[in-house]
Amino acid sequence: MLEKVEDLEIRLLLEALYQRYHYDFRNYAQASIKRRLKQAREQMGFRSFSALQDGLLHRPALLSPLLNYLTVHVSELFRDPSYFRAIREKVVPHLRTYPSLKIWIAGCSTGEELYSFVILFREEGLEQRTLFYATDINQDALAKAEAGIYDLDRIQLFTENHRKSGGKSSLSDYYSAAYGKASFDKSLRKHVVFSDHSLVSDAVFAEMHLVSCRNVLIYFDRGLQDRALGLIKDSLARKGFLGLGSKESMRFFQHADSFTECVRDEKIYQKSSK
Amino acid sequence: MNGAKAEAVVIGASAGATEALSAILPLLPADYALPVMIVVHVPPDRKSVLAELLQAKCRLEVHEAADKEPIGRGTAYFAPPDYHLLVERNKCLSLSNDDPVFYSRPSIDVLFESAADAYGPSLIGIVLTGANQDAAKGLRAVVEAGGTAIVQSPEGAYASAMPEAAIAECPGARVLSLSEIAAYLQEIEKA
Repeated sequence: MLEKVEDLEIRLLLEALYQRYHYDFRNYAQASIKRRLKQAREQMGFRSFSALQDGLLHRPALLSPLLNYLTVHVSELFRDPSYFRAIREKVVPHLRTYPSLKIWIAGCSTGEELYSFVILFREEGLEQRTLFYATDINQDALAKAEAGIYDLDRIQLFTENHRKSGGKSSLSDYYSAAYGKASFDKSLRKHVVFSDHSLVSDAVFAEMHLVSCRNVLIYFDRGLQDRALGLIKDSLARKGFLGLGSKESMRFFQHADSFTECVRDEKIYQKSSK
Repeated sequence: MNGAKAEAVVIGASAGATEALSAILPLLPADYALPVMIVVHVPPDRKSVLAELLQAKCRLEVHEAADKEPIGRGTAYFAPPDYHLLVERNKCLSLSNDDPVFYSRPSIDVLFESAADAYGPSLIGIVLTGANQDAAKGLRAVVEAGGTAIVQSPEGAYASAMPEAAIAECPGARVLSLSEIAAYLQEIEKA
């Protein structure tokens, strides 16, 4: 059947991507990676996945565009405002008790989630004692995160989200607008380390008080989700906090026992003290 | 019709969805053998009450899908607002934040195409009332994988554009009224 050949081609393509460039998508959730690969194949002008594989193996310049199809997730500043409100009201009081803090935005993509946290921490007076780690496997996305420039037409949504999240300042304090772009202030990046890190293949690199990893694990299959969540668990300090996406349910994870619910509706968990 | 035994049902609906689904889902028994996956176009920015509303009317278990939830019998799964719902080949559900399709997230095409991949000829795809083009391509994927295509008859639909587009894309689809669709689903389970 034609269908089966296509699935085989996809498996081989992902194997080639891994063997040649060490990007490992082999255990991503198959349905959405297939959809993204189809989109990439069409837009990059290849007739088949085998042809795309051939191109990829011989022309390293194709790697970066392909990765952009496979990994970029557009987000918003203060996406799901109720999540940030819960961080502000339920998590920040705990974080205040620490003299220094490490926060990890795992899978930060183009930086929207990062800037939301930095602004929130500044408003709460915690920024000066905090080190933020913003990691992703996509270099282009990381560069965009580090630039902090977003289309001006998205600012209205960001501003509304920020207000709903309980924002204590005006979002316009943090960016300057010019030529249809909003450029976020470089002072927001003073306490941020941007780094290439993979939840699939890399290891623990620091002890965190809070990890925000929303709508990243949904792209992994069950086994890989357990691997990534294990890594996050091992990265958290005792009683450290973890924020997942609103539809990511801990109940299907192997490591569920290692966490307790902190804010159930917002999928904010706390590492058990045991 | 094809020879394969039906294993799952996917339903797509947009404008007028609540009434249409209310004419189908409450008629299915509590232990209905085929899992039912549903995408209804809902606004991204608020909680959807659709699953709760239908749960109150149904003997089936009805809820919004969680990521990597195993698919089981006697259950209707709704795509949550602002997420695509997909079926994995190992018969669990996954969610994605990928770009909207035809301005919609969730998208009917995304569910139907992934379910066609996972279930092939054992899938029943049903397109109900709606005012846009989402679903036509997805239903075609169901047909191409050997599955069964059913479309609500446009004359009886609250909004006819979506069923009409689906019929144009899949001329072999069975065109049925809501009560005929409900009867078909009850019957096919026993087949």
